[in-house]
Amino acid sequence: MAVPRFWREIPNRYNLVGARCGNCNKVLFPPRYICPHCRRMGKLEPYRLKRRGKVLTYTVVHAAANGFEDQAPYVLAIVELEDGPRLTAQVTDCNTDEIKIGDEVEIVFRRMGEDGQDGVIYYGFKARRV
Amino acid sequence: MRDVAIIGVGLTKFGELWDVSFRQMMMEAGARAIEDAGIDGKQIDAMYIGNMSSGQFIRQEHISSIVADHAGLVPIPSTRVEGACASGGLALRQAVIAVASGIHDIIVAGGIEKMTDVLTGQATGALATAADQEWEVFVGATFPGLYALMARRHMYEFGTTEEQMAMVAVKNHHNACFNTCAQYKTEITVEDVLKSPPVTSPIKLLDCSPITDGAACVILAPAEKARKFTDTPIMVAGTGQASDTIALHGRSSLTSLRATIEAARTAYKIAGVKPDDIDLVEVHDCFTIAEIMAIEDLGFCKKGEGGKMTEQGETVIGGRIPVNTSGGLKGKGHPVGATGIAQAVEIVQQLRGEAGKRQSDGAEIGLTHNVGGSGGTAVVHVLRRGD
Repeated sequence: MAVPRFWREIPNRYNLVGARCGNCNKVLFPPRYICPHCRRMGKLEPYRLKRRGKVLTYTVVHAAANGFEDQAPYVLAIVELEDGPRLTAQVTDCNTDEIKIGDEVEIVFRRMGEDGQDGVIYYGFKARRV
Repeated sequence: MRDVAIIGVGLTKFGELWDVSFRQMMMEAGARAIEDAGIDGKQIDAMYIGNMSSGQFIRQEHISSIVADHAGLVPIPSTRVEGACASGGLALRQAVIAVASGIHDIIVAGGIEKMTDVLTGQATGALATAADQEWEVFVGATFPGLYALMARRHMYEFGTTEEQMAMVAVKNHHNACFNTCAQYKTEITVEDVLKSPPVTSPIKLLDCSPITDGAACVILAPAEKARKFTDTPIMVAGTGQASDTIALHGRSSLTSLRATIEAARTAYKIAGVKPDDIDLVEVHDCFTIAEIMAIEDLGFCKKGEGGKMTEQGETVIGGRIPVNTSGGLKGKGHPVGATGIAQAVEIVQQLRGEAGKRQSDGAEIGLTHNVGGSGGTAVVHVLRRGD
């Protein structure tokens, strides 16, 4: 995959930068380019989200996604962040039998994988129980 | 708008069809449908073909031309329709709209996927492109993973059990035993499902629909002309389609598919029917939890009671509302682009009384429910026996 595809998402993935709409004040993540609530009336500005949230649901992935084989079994969850938005993230530093709905987590910076032997190593976020 | 009828249906065998090509499958399903309709190819005005990902599965795009070409039907217009696993349902809907509008009379709506010309990892990778590549797949999500996130939350909110999910697979395998086209004609038990290898907990291998080759086809005509071709036209009484966020995490509910609810609302309204009027349904059981959520979202029970409804045997053939008499995606197989059309084929055969050992007696109104991705697209059709 071309390097720019990873490179252009760096602010969002490394620093959890989404958007806040100056019209309705809603915080949006992953990033969007039009506020889905206000549409053309919206005024989106970059917004760095708070890193705390809680687990809404989870699964233990045994049959890994392509590129994640060496990490299986891993915990995958949907996390609701304090600012409101939800995201999908792996739960790191967590035994597969420890996770439960309602667990408090923080979003942390992690190595996610690599694009083959010759491609870039890419980074992003995972969730860690607190 | 004109009323629209289905006058012919055709299906290939579903399964791992190593010796059959994409082109051969589509011609086989098409020829069967045309023969069933008793029409001549020259009478066909246009075609819509549902196909999710021929580019990834057989490295061939532009299959609309291939299908018209190999059918010997050039120069009629041929259009490929894509909405992930809902591609077939969307092709049917586009064909229905085209006949209803009066722009065409006789139309072929086909669906096809050739999934076994790549290795399993490539196939699951191709399917994963129906999810959000940047914010789901990038972090390690898979399709069974996304449905597992829904399943876990459904268990948490409503007390749905892994046994209840297993019962969906057991029922659909049983129904598939009576379907000559089905991929799995094998009975399984609840214990088999519970003991099958974990994929993405709580989803296990036997909760998942398989990777399948297959094609399906229906022929549509304006209702006023349908009797010229068949004594048993099946009316497309209602059609509905809706969209939702591409990513599961973008939705307020993790236990129902809003696209299903909205598509069904439209289809019911156009057909002038309520959930109680429906005699049988083909729903999108890509995973067992998906059937449980579908029967809730389509209004056949209260939200959260789909597991209980399954456990009480209300969804078996002969039950209150038979669900997936064909075997569903789980038992019959899930060639993604073909599935939406294959669902319509099953309902037509049931309403005609031609479903053999899996016949649901006296069925007059049936419904098909086809979902793309984790629910980013849904399409619902209500079919009714023409009187």
